[in-house]
Amino acid sequence: MMPDLGSYAVYVLSAWGATLALLAALILLTLRRNAAVKRALDEIEARRDAARAAPPDTKADPHGQA
Amino acid sequence: MSIWEYANPVRFMRTSAVLLPWVTGLAVLALGAGLVWGFFFTPDDFRQGSTVKIIYVHVPSATMAINIWAMMLITSLIWVVRRHHVSVLAAKAAAPVGATMTAIALITGAVWGQPMWGTWWEWDPRLTAFLILFLFYLGYMALWAAIENPDTAADLTSILCLVGSVFAVISRYAINFWNQGLHQGASLSLDKEENVADVFWQPLVISLAGFFFLFLALLLVRTRTEIRARRLMALKARERLA
Repeated sequence: MMPDLGSYAVYVLSAWGATLALLAALILLTLRRNAAVKRALDEIEARRDAARAAPPDTKADPHGQA
Repeated sequence: MSIWEYANPVRFMRTSAVLLPWVTGLAVLALGAGLVWGFFFTPDDFRQGSTVKIIYVHVPSATMAINIWAMMLITSLIWVVRRHHVSVLAAKAAAPVGATMTAIALITGAVWGQPMWGTWWEWDPRLTAFLILFLFYLGYMALWAAIENPDTAADLTSILCLVGSVFAVISRYAINFWNQGLHQGASLSLDKEENVADVFWQPLVISLAGFFFLFLALLLVRTRTEIRARRLMALKARERLA
């Protein structure tokens, strides 16, 4: 299946290898950062929603000492 | 309906969520078909031997490197004129993709140059302009990272993008301007006479489409990330003030 690349095999394979490696790294880093930012945003939004849903007296005095 | 409606982050997030699976599917199909066809099912060139197979990664990456900068220029100008945040965030999101494409073009060009020209590198107008374009990409990303205020960063990076456009144009037309150096003319042209032979041209065009859709898919994901990151920053600031 592998084509016969002759004496240029090293050049062709290294060019293709570098390309695929760089593209794979770019895709991986893009997806990783996307997931990390989405997770952080979900957390902060959940915290904000919980604070909004809390009863007003708890919100005014979070330590319950009023 | 106006195109400016997509400058609304909520509208952009909704529309891009619908588009993303389709664009990703097209990228996988075109990239898979073009690269497999190019690598496994094309003959050697009578002069360049099997090194001609490098064309399927070198030409699409070089084409995208220049066009991504052009896209960044347009979206940066939209920011400067109309102050649409999604627009400048799209430019920011595109930069790492453009830098990677430029790096691929430089590396594969050097690896192709060694057996064909007898040298890894030559200070040829097109090669030099491409190296400078790569440095502009790095500078653009570094400037975004160095400035804390997002609007100031957007303003300054937009100006840098405008200046760097000179090198994007030079890297595309250097051969026509100076008519010297080792690098050959364009492999793809609207003039059929100037194109590479059909047996190489067909998989090359499909690879090019694959690289384009891959860029589009990455651009959508990365712009969505930037919009979320901007909202995250705003909510954190609000939490600190509360």
